[in-house]
Amino acid sequence: MDTTVVNTGTEVKAWGGGNKPLNASYGKMMMWFFIVSDALTFSGFLAAYGFSRFKFIESWPIADEVFTHIPFYHEPAPMIYVAFMTFILIMSSVTMVLAVDAGHHMNKAKVTFYMFLTIIGGLIFVGSQAWEWATFIKGDYGAVQTKGGNILQFVDTDGHRVALSDFAISESNERVQHEQKDGIWFSSEGTLPSYTVDEVYKGLEANPNILVRTELLDEHGHKTVLSREESIEQLKNNGKLVVEGANLHVNEYGTSLFANFFFFITGFHGFHVFSGVVINIIIFFNVILGTYEKRKNYEMVEKVGLYWHFVDLVWVFVFTFFYLV
Amino acid sequence: MSAHADTHAHDDDHVHHHKETFVTKYIFSQDHKMIAKQYLITGTIMGIIGVMMSLMMRMQIAWPEEPNALFEALLGKWAPGGVMDADIYLALVTIHGTIMVFFVLTAGLSGTFSNLLIPLQIGARDMASGFLNMVSYWLFFLSSVIMVLSFFVEAGPAAAGWTIYPPLSALPMAQGGSGAGMTLWLVSMAIFIASSLLGSLNYIVTVINLRTKGMSMTRLPLTIWAFFVTAIIGVISFPVLLSAALLLIMDRSFGTSFFLSDIFIQGEVLHYQGGSPVLFEHLFWFLGHPEVYIVLLPALGITSEIIATNSRKPIFGYRAMVASILAIAFLSTIVWGHHMFISGMNPFLGSVFTFTTLLIAIPSAVKAFNYITTLWKGNLQLNPAMLFSIGLVSTFITGGLTGIILGDSALDINVHDTYFVVAHFHLVMGISALYGMFAGIYHWFPKMFGRMLNKNLGYIHFWVTAICAYGVFFPMHFIGMAGLPRRYYTNSNFPLFDDTHDANVIISMFAIVGGIFQLVFIYNFAHSIFYGKKTVQNPWRSNTLEWTAPIKHLHGNWEGEIPHVHRWAYDYSKPGHDDDFVPQHIPLKEGEEELQH
Repeated sequence: MDTTVVNTGTEVKAWGGGNKPLNASYGKMMMWFFIVSDALTFSGFLAAYGFSRFKFIESWPIADEVFTHIPFYHEPAPMIYVAFMTFILIMSSVTMVLAVDAGHHMNKAKVTFYMFLTIIGGLIFVGSQAWEWATFIKGDYGAVQTKGGNILQFVDTDGHRVALSDFAISESNERVQHEQKDGIWFSSEGTLPSYTVDEVYKGLEANPNILVRTELLDEHGHKTVLSREESIEQLKNNGKLVVEGANLHVNEYGTSLFANFFFFITGFHGFHVFSGVVINIIIFFNVILGTYEKRKNYEMVEKVGLYWHFVDLVWVFVFTFFYLV
Repeated sequence: MSAHADTHAHDDDHVHHHKETFVTKYIFSQDHKMIAKQYLITGTIMGIIGVMMSLMMRMQIAWPEEPNALFEALLGKWAPGGVMDADIYLALVTIHGTIMVFFVLTAGLSGTFSNLLIPLQIGARDMASGFLNMVSYWLFFLSSVIMVLSFFVEAGPAAAGWTIYPPLSALPMAQGGSGAGMTLWLVSMAIFIASSLLGSLNYIVTVINLRTKGMSMTRLPLTIWAFFVTAIIGVISFPVLLSAALLLIMDRSFGTSFFLSDIFIQGEVLHYQGGSPVLFEHLFWFLGHPEVYIVLLPALGITSEIIATNSRKPIFGYRAMVASILAIAFLSTIVWGHHMFISGMNPFLGSVFTFTTLLIAIPSAVKAFNYITTLWKGNLQLNPAMLFSIGLVSTFITGGLTGIILGDSALDINVHDTYFVVAHFHLVMGISALYGMFAGIYHWFPKMFGRMLNKNLGYIHFWVTAICAYGVFFPMHFIGMAGLPRRYYTNSNFPLFDDTHDANVIISMFAIVGGIFQLVFIYNFAHSIFYGKKTVQNPWRSNTLEWTAPIKHLHGNWEGEIPHVHRWAYDYSKPGHDDDFVPQHIPLKEGEEELQH
């Protein structure tokens, strides 16, 4: 048998009971294991994202072309704004570390100050995300979806993107948006696109320097531009729906899964940041009221700090997978 | 909360047995022993519902489309004239699976025994957070209620199988149960996952932080090791089911296409594009496979404890047992693909999953071997708990052997989705875990209620259950190999399967007898709570700490100081002692050597 004798008579290194392993209280341990579990939820999402992206590896939208906006500045500037958001979020992690450290020194004034900065950072991030969503939903150039569900975008002969409004020929049209109260069908129609496929087609025919760009990536990672004949052919035969902006059904930047995952994962993360801000605010007021001063420890600040760092870390992954690679 | 933590920090302070009202004692109790009973009783009720469903399915299979008064009484509009509707059969399959796997064998088993035993066996006054523990139970209760209520939805409960593969689960118009029934299923499971998470966090942290003096990790009883590792698997795998469920809800209600692509309904093209149902299968089975071990490991832990106690021998290979629990836990997270061999997954990936799956046979065999070796030449006390534990070893081996066949992609393809699979998983996780649960109830009933269960009724319960369980599941291997598909409402349309009909009738008869004899247990359980023989302090002459705690209900577990631990939990028949057991809190004698496993 695999029994061996280890010591005689006396017990060495007896376990002393209580909060010994890892020198952490049960509350802190719970926060750690909660983080493990939440991390796996995010892993599930990111793995699903990877799975779907690999399926469309040939035609996935190029992030540099999608996230180009900066408030009050109209030239495309890829990644600048999201870099700013990320910087703010990481700085809020730094201020959180400083708050926790001040808590260790029982310095109430400093904890208050740094918690305040952390909350501000979180609010700026959530606000920025809302703005990012709004611009993504609004879209910029517009595109046409084909019967097969692919996206056709428009470029000029130099390869610059052209917005639908620059070339589509508006016709006076009698289409009115269907509303629920008019009967016939039980739900209201969504917003009508500014143009019909026909109008876009006429515009394309009338402008010889406009070409169609497909979703397909060539070997250099650029989207394939069709020749003039192919462009006209493609739009005429397959064009089905004018798409402006992105939502959960269609996406002018490419496959709709890109928009689905973008909204869902950044939304889920944003919800975490928002809850984090709410929790931070609660803790902030407790700090001001002196609750932890009375308790003689600022461990609650440390616990929410753990959560806050976790949320930041998740953003680093989301940022990497959606914006960088 | 901080006051609570303080009492744990010093185990020599006063017992905080405060005044309890009816509500705080029986309903919103924060005492782990009461929460364990709440879990047990809720789990048992869910178990009765789940077994009733399986009996109705068996009656339908054996006597298809024959009027049955029971169906008419229980199913109402779904059994017009007593003939079962095909849709409700699928719903029964789905809800039976869901209830048995999650509500009975996860929450009912882990919830009961982790709650009861972790604080008592490690020497703690209660769980780390009694409040979260209470919330965990009530979330479980809420999710149980929602799951059962889904039977009262107009179009019927979820009917896509307990694995809820899209598109059946993702398109509300796909079938009757895909509408409100499926929504309730998802809501119920989301709440269940939250409950399971809170419970698991508590179990893990309590085991790590609140052990009494001397209770090192290597002196933990194997029950605690099993509960501990089970909780860790739960924390790792349930969140991924949550991811899958959230994405599914997005597909169902918000028009995304994560799991859907190219769907036509009645000639109309739906807008879903690009998604993949195989993605859902991956996410689901990343939970689904570890879930099997979440169900089984607590039963194995309970068995280790009961077999050692009732063989009056130290458990054989303590370290090997711990190592195999850890190995099973690790391997369980990298084998999920063996549920998907025919999903269209890359066959090379299938061969990788075959390899990892067959590796699990090693730690499983170590456990089976160690149980048998512990029994070998033991002074066997064949009480009902022991019989059920030995029954577990038996079904674990029987079901495990077919697992080797199903784990191999080349063989699995031939019997995939047949009754062979049904026989395999019912034996290896269903019946085994149920035996573990029964064993635990027979063994710790005195600890829970201060009274003994009737032994003779226990023997009747065991022998009838054991015979009927094999009577049900053994013939299923053969009809499975004959190709009979699972989940079919009736096989009478296929002359090919006419030969299997007699076997199906026999199986159903065993199932009905076995089901009815569970009433013996229910009676024994309910009767003994009030009228059973009063128990003595340590009825099984066991070593673990829970038997040193007073019999009477006491929030705080021990009057005065918590006992300190001086030895491992398996000092049975140790030479040099008068008794054939030496409880963990007895100090080593002068010159006595501590056996280190």
